[in-house]
Amino acid sequence: MSFSIKVNGTDRTVDADEDTPLLWVIRDDLGLTGTKFGCGVAMCGACTVHMDGQPIRACAMPISGVSGEITTIEAVEGPEAKAVQNAWVAHDVPQCGYCQSGQVMSAVALLRENPKPNDRDIDLAMNGNLCRCATYIRIRAAIHDAAKTLAEA
Amino acid sequence: MGAHDTRFSRRDALKAVGALVIGVCLPIGTSKAQAQAKGPPPVNPNAFIRIGADDSVTVIVKHIEFGQGPYTGLATLAAEELDADWAHVRAESAPANAALYSNTMLGAQLTGGSSAIANSFDQMRRAGAMARAMLVQAAAAEWKVPAGEITVAKGIIGHKASGRSSGFGKFAAAAAKLPAPKQVVLKEASAFTLIGKDRSGFRVDSADKSTGRAKFTIDMTAPNMLTVLVARSPRFGGTVKSFDAAEALKVKGVVAVKQVSSGIAVYARGMWPAIKGRKALQVVWDDSKAEMRGTDEMIATYLEQTRKPGQVHRETGDVTKALAAAGDVIEAEFVFPYLAHAPMEPLDGFMIWDGTTARARFGSQGQTLDQGAIAQVFGIPMEKVEIETLIAGGSFGRRAQATAHLAAELAEVAKAMPVGTPVKLVWTREDDIHGGYYRPLFVHRFKGAVKDGKIAAWSNTIMGQSFMIGTAFEAFAVKNGVDGIMSEGARELPYEINDFRCDMHIAKSPVPTLWWRSVGHTHTGYAVECFVDQLLVAAGQDPVAGRLAMMGKAPRAAGVLKAVAELAQWKGPQAANGRARGVAVVESFGSFVAQIAEVSMGDNGEPRVHKVWVAVDCGVAVNPDIIRAQAEGGVGFAVGHALYAEVPLVEGKPAVSNFNDYRSLRINEMPEVEVVIVPSTEAPTGIGEPGVPPLAPAVANALAALGHKRPARLPMVRA
Repeated sequence: MSFSIKVNGTDRTVDADEDTPLLWVIRDDLGLTGTKFGCGVAMCGACTVHMDGQPIRACAMPISGVSGEITTIEAVEGPEAKAVQNAWVAHDVPQCGYCQSGQVMSAVALLRENPKPNDRDIDLAMNGNLCRCATYIRIRAAIHDAAKTLAEA
Repeated sequence: MGAHDTRFSRRDALKAVGALVIGVCLPIGTSKAQAQAKGPPPVNPNAFIRIGADDSVTVIVKHIEFGQGPYTGLATLAAEELDADWAHVRAESAPANAALYSNTMLGAQLTGGSSAIANSFDQMRRAGAMARAMLVQAAAAEWKVPAGEITVAKGIIGHKASGRSSGFGKFAAAAAKLPAPKQVVLKEASAFTLIGKDRSGFRVDSADKSTGRAKFTIDMTAPNMLTVLVARSPRFGGTVKSFDAAEALKVKGVVAVKQVSSGIAVYARGMWPAIKGRKALQVVWDDSKAEMRGTDEMIATYLEQTRKPGQVHRETGDVTKALAAAGDVIEAEFVFPYLAHAPMEPLDGFMIWDGTTARARFGSQGQTLDQGAIAQVFGIPMEKVEIETLIAGGSFGRRAQATAHLAAELAEVAKAMPVGTPVKLVWTREDDIHGGYYRPLFVHRFKGAVKDGKIAAWSNTIMGQSFMIGTAFEAFAVKNGVDGIMSEGARELPYEINDFRCDMHIAKSPVPTLWWRSVGHTHTGYAVECFVDQLLVAAGQDPVAGRLAMMGKAPRAAGVLKAVAELAQWKGPQAANGRARGVAVVESFGSFVAQIAEVSMGDNGEPRVHKVWVAVDCGVAVNPDIIRAQAEGGVGFAVGHALYAEVPLVEGKPAVSNFNDYRSLRINEMPEVEVVIVPSTEAPTGIGEPGVPPLAPAVANALAALGHKRPARLPMVRA
């Protein structure tokens, strides 16, 4: 079947079975590989992308269910994205780095919703994103840091 | 063409790797092992450093980067002696080439035993110093000034008298053509500008990994590439009896179905058709040689078997007599489950076979082993196997195996298709959790006695599988039937105990097992440090002071224990707010780590680890912030597995499949971590693994202080 979706500001048409997860459309058909596969069952968050600004797990979203504009790590932008990515580097958050696209996408969505998250807010927004290297301490510190940067801007 | 026709056969490859295994059996990374090693191999600076006309300094890193930090670490060593400007320093992976890039401690190109910094410390500094000398010589020739008057600092070559200065790029081409100096003088530690300096925001890979630009194996693509999934036996040791590919081949996008050694390979244009195609495949499995037992049955057998002494791994005094004389014998048993490594990026690999050369790109952790395995599949010499090592999404030991099974499977799926077909082999998460190569299931049984406040007798009988016996490593790894990896951390303790015995029963099973972040110490660290604590409590001793009283011959272990007690302001196990503290200290891979964990019991019946204090002595600290990051990550990795993780088998089949039931630590469960790095002038050792072992026993000892039993079976939270 043919599906038309908007990804990173561009209209794209893909030929895929209707049950094809958005993740594989993004990666295999559109060649955007920043979004990662970690579990395929929405348990790890490595595939987190935004649909109309909301974080979703692309591995559990069939292409037929996509109802809004998709943004991936390749095109996420704006003050929150910049603050988050700068803080990620300043804190040297990534170890293996594989989960970090998803972590960044979840963190950006959190800060857009809540510019001053406390630790509990961070737990709630981020606990769907696994990191097997357990970089969680730095993820938390970097989110607080990014929030501070946004407040000072 | 068979292996006998090859110029450099797998047999030779394994011969080369033999040194590795001996290295692993010996306490690698200790100053003793290093002193015994022969002099440093010759260093070719051009193999390790490339300087661009744009002043960029690219450091060629022989160790795989999967988060533990060798890109930044090895680049730091080279840049230090080169006096490079860190802002211009990059890192890239070395190609597979054992002659140039062997791990000098392991005798093959291989990352393991937390040895990347330890074995590169001299090599990369020498490479940097040589490259610096060559740049200076090239500048001296061009400027017609004496080399001795030239200075280098922060990427700038200067000559004060003539007022000349330049970046490295201008002289890079001329310098590369000069002969490498035979002798170079390395900096005194007092002159270091990078090594040992606490920097942040400096990792060479942080930016790419924060923006999705970093390329992993799973991101590989090529025109007409096929994605390959393999259906493997649901039971370990099972084989294909028959299969029917008709339904699989009807799935749109599925291109081919082929049998390979490990199962049935499904080739498709993309991951989703490959997944659907594999699901549609009909396979009948032959379980006649498969493991049919469940883990409960294995555990019961091991617990029974450990009632009898096994083969002695170390014995001093007469423990039987001492226990008989003691009166009160204190006993304990500990059960450790199979554990999957579950790196975030599942196993994968990319290959093109052109009929002459096999070109692989993947997260190869043991390049020499993988080259050998691929060469054997194709029947070609090893130099016809090119491996480009890509960064990998974690490993925790999973990406290196004695069998090189992933590389062999990759080669087989490439070989089964027409020459020139690019293939990308991917394991799903279920493949990963069901795929074996687990941390082996182990049982420890203890008997001990205390006298005058000290441990008077210690008997430890262990049972589990060996991942050396039965592999090509056996001849090197196992001496007189003793596989030392099984008892590392249990047969030599930092404590003086006169009447001591550590013995072993070796279990057999078709379930493949493997090293897993901190290897033998994953179980011995817990068993030993829980039982020490239990005995000290029985002896009426404080867990810190009681340990220290027995550590007269273990100054560095005692050093980190004192340091962590100071950091946490230890005043005994009791803490406020319904919490308690536990302590543990473990030496692994030549590094010493002590931890204090503050724990409470949650309303949901699950232990809650609030804070962990960590003291590390890993010799010279090259990059303190990476050491801190590894200590933090090691704690988190250990908390997650100690509390939640196991791969139970039911009638031989893994009963968990994915992160829904192979529970992994989440951000809300991560404790606060505070790290102190003990200053040291000892040769550097590693930190990728040593942060893991002390955590679980520290938590168990805290639970004991709260009035619970030290968990006798891990994980502590069982479904």
